[in-house]
Amino acid sequence: MRDDRLIIAGREFKSRLWVGTGKYKNFVETQKAIEVSGADVVTVAVRRVNITDRSKENLLDYIDPKKYTILPNTAGCYTVEDAVRYSRLARAAGVSDLVKLEVLGDEKTLFPDTAGLIEAAKILIKEGFIVLPYTNDDPIVAKKLVDIGCPAVMPLAAPIGSGLGIRNPYNLKILMESVNVPVIVDAGVGTASDAALAMEYGADAVLMNTAIAGAQDPIAMAEAMKYAVWAGRLAYKAGRIPRKLYATASSPIEGML
Amino acid sequence: MQDTIRIQVNGEARDWRRDATVADLLRDLEITSERVAVEVNLEILDRAMFAQRSLKDGDRVEILSFIGGGGESPRRSTDRRKCVHSL
Repeated sequence: MRDDRLIIAGREFKSRLWVGTGKYKNFVETQKAIEVSGADVVTVAVRRVNITDRSKENLLDYIDPKKYTILPNTAGCYTVEDAVRYSRLARAAGVSDLVKLEVLGDEKTLFPDTAGLIEAAKILIKEGFIVLPYTNDDPIVAKKLVDIGCPAVMPLAAPIGSGLGIRNPYNLKILMESVNVPVIVDAGVGTASDAALAMEYGADAVLMNTAIAGAQDPIAMAEAMKYAVWAGRLAYKAGRIPRKLYATASSPIEGML
Repeated sequence: MQDTIRIQVNGEARDWRRDATVADLLRDLEITSERVAVEVNLEILDRAMFAQRSLKDGDRVEILSFIGGGGESPRRSTDRRKCVHSL
């Protein structure tokens, strides 16, 4: 897998598994899970610094930005204005122009507001951001995002944190065939087979958080996800056999008694 | 002229000395200026300006940094051991 690099906007990534840093028990667990997962891109959120209790440690003391690509997100933003504001703050706090853009439509589903997403992406791209949009499994929206300058798209497999796996594999497949940029399946993965399946369908990478952080043993699940993404990617490149309704014998008839 | 000004820092009212800059504020709050973003009255401040921008009475200062997060708002997250079988 060493020569199988993922390239987005001229940046090269070693791992096709990207991970979030939320919901872990503590920073030590976060650090260990990410290390075991082999991911080199980690997402983070932008929030107010706790000014009353300065004893609280900083995530970036555990996740070295020299070792990992820090991908700030705009999680929790429900308007174009908020998403743009948080993106700008992330850039001011960080070291790069990368942003995982989320404009959420509703609290219950956390589905993206795709109209708002396109609007926010346009503004940010004009300001020089590298926008990786969290979008629906809608091929038309994905195409629009690419047309306005997104160097990759991040469609959901299922609602964030739901663990439902890929709800609409056919839409995802059409989406992957519709765009000529990397597709990173983001959100909804529940277990290793979901990640493998996403890669088998032809996803360029998978991003997950809850599936690892919420597992009974997050460190073990992080390892499972690493191999699932590898296996899925290898299978995709190897090319699976077609599905047939009836049997085809593997052993020859010739030479039988 | 009073020696103190009243400012809002991350939503909390604070009395601060009049001649303080943003850099002073961060130092007093024991916040390292690396990897934080500072917004004063909705305007993002370039890091190079921290030592130059002095605080004025009524300023609304927001200091933000990176925290753990995936796709959802961490504030809305549920306990991970609490398994909800809704399906």
